[in-house]
Amino acid sequence: MIRFTNVCMMFDGRPALKDFTMEISSGETVVILGGSGGGKTTMLRLILGLLRPDSGSILVDGQEIVGLTERQMVPIRAKIAMVFQGSALFDSLTVRENVGYRLYEEHALSDDIIERLIVLSLCFVGLEDTLEKMPAELSGGMKKRVAIARALACNPKLILYDEPTAGLDPINTHLINELICRFQKEQHLTQVVVTHDLETAYRVADRLIMLHRGEKIFDGSVDLLQASDDPRIRTFLKPEEVLTEPGCFPCKDGGIRMAQPEAETIRGTPA
Amino acid sequence: MDTAVARIEDTVKGYVGTVQEFAQLCGTAMTAVFRPPWYVRETVYYMDRIGVGSLFIVILTGIFTGMVLTLQGAIQLEPYGAVPYVSRLISTSVVRELGPVLAALMIAGRVGSGIASELASMQVTEQIDALRAEGTDPIKKLITTRLLACLIMVPVLTIITDGIAMFGGYLIARFSLSIDTFFYWTWAFEALRPMDFVYGLIKPLVFGFIVCMVGCYAGLATSGGTVGVGQSTTQAMVTSSILILMSDFFLTKLFIFIGF
Repeated sequence: MIRFTNVCMMFDGRPALKDFTMEISSGETVVILGGSGGGKTTMLRLILGLLRPDSGSILVDGQEIVGLTERQMVPIRAKIAMVFQGSALFDSLTVRENVGYRLYEEHALSDDIIERLIVLSLCFVGLEDTLEKMPAELSGGMKKRVAIARALACNPKLILYDEPTAGLDPINTHLINELICRFQKEQHLTQVVVTHDLETAYRVADRLIMLHRGEKIFDGSVDLLQASDDPRIRTFLKPEEVLTEPGCFPCKDGGIRMAQPEAETIRGTPA
Repeated sequence: MDTAVARIEDTVKGYVGTVQEFAQLCGTAMTAVFRPPWYVRETVYYMDRIGVGSLFIVILTGIFTGMVLTLQGAIQLEPYGAVPYVSRLISTSVVRELGPVLAALMIAGRVGSGIASELASMQVTEQIDALRAEGTDPIKKLITTRLLACLIMVPVLTIITDGIAMFGGYLIARFSLSIDTFFYWTWAFEALRPMDFVYGLIKPLVFGFIVCMVGCYAGLATSGGTVGVGQSTTQAMVTSSILILMSDFFLTKLFIFIGF
């Protein structure tokens, strides 16, 4: 479904993705793990064609998307739905209009059918009573679920999630994890979940890919990840066991550095 | 020394890049007018927001401009015994210059900054990316609709400003300077040539374009969260006001050159 081959991407002279290669098959749920600034969101944006790589090749559903214009990307984006980190619901539209946005824009279905699809999608996420609400009236968790309903309504082949559980309470986190699992089991959708939430990663992943500063450092199952002895992975999975001392910080290579400022500097009287 | 040269080079490149991006955005937004889908409902909605929403401020601007211009004009014309002809001064200055410029500046303050802040908020909350992800061209949906609304409504608001300013001038002329109603309006229209109306309508078209496109560019170029939204709004307001005043001068010069 998706294939990245030697993809490189720089932001302000800093590599966001370095010679990145991976493949995701149809029906697979792949979790992209990694710390902040690791290149995870960049990867999602590349799949959607919102960014262009500096080099390399990206195939989506068998079609090369590097070099395509915005208009040429439209039929490819029609197969993809994305759940943005901040939900990205349209402020000026109601929940109904948000969920049915793409269907209304395409003018391919009658209003009755669109209405039924909207209600079905909202039922799936348990928010069928919010049809007439504005996004500002919803809580963070509800916004995320509406964003998932919006993704579902257009019957995509591939759903991309950018930090779907970031900032949510345990109940909403659980609900969203279950929704991702249901898509996997009931609809066999291909899903790419970018997260740094380990609970979500372990719950939904068929396979995990870990990125560290734009580099792929792991590709495999949950068990293999947990058994890994790579210091960068160990620091990410169990920071409490590695960063034991106060003033310990992880290094680029996965090692540990101590930052111990002078006592005088802390008190504001530098020597 | 080398660092200073490099810094100047970077700054110049930055300005050239901005102008290039702005020109590209204007070109794309204008060509989008001619290809489907056409967002008629959105265009009408923005026409209402820009036009009806700005009516009150342009009425206030017009009426007070006309009144103060009459007071000042009468003082200047008094030594020549020409106070009754003050309406000539009002109509020509309002239709040719003050109406279009003042209306455009007020619209830049209200509409231009509004467009910039709205698009900037959409940009920082990923709504623009969401539109693209949903297969919608954000330029067509967000910019072309606003551009059409501005190109239609700014001239309409300018005509209203001109009319209200002349009416404001009439109030002072009639009740403060005791000028006859018939005399006032006869000389007000006598002073105007047909080309003055054309001239007074080309300017608002250009100003409407500037207000909309500067606001849209500032909004779409936003980065850096809420601080960026504030900066874009200020930038849109300042840039469009300066461009309105500059383009007014060059348009006037052009019209004089071609013999209007």
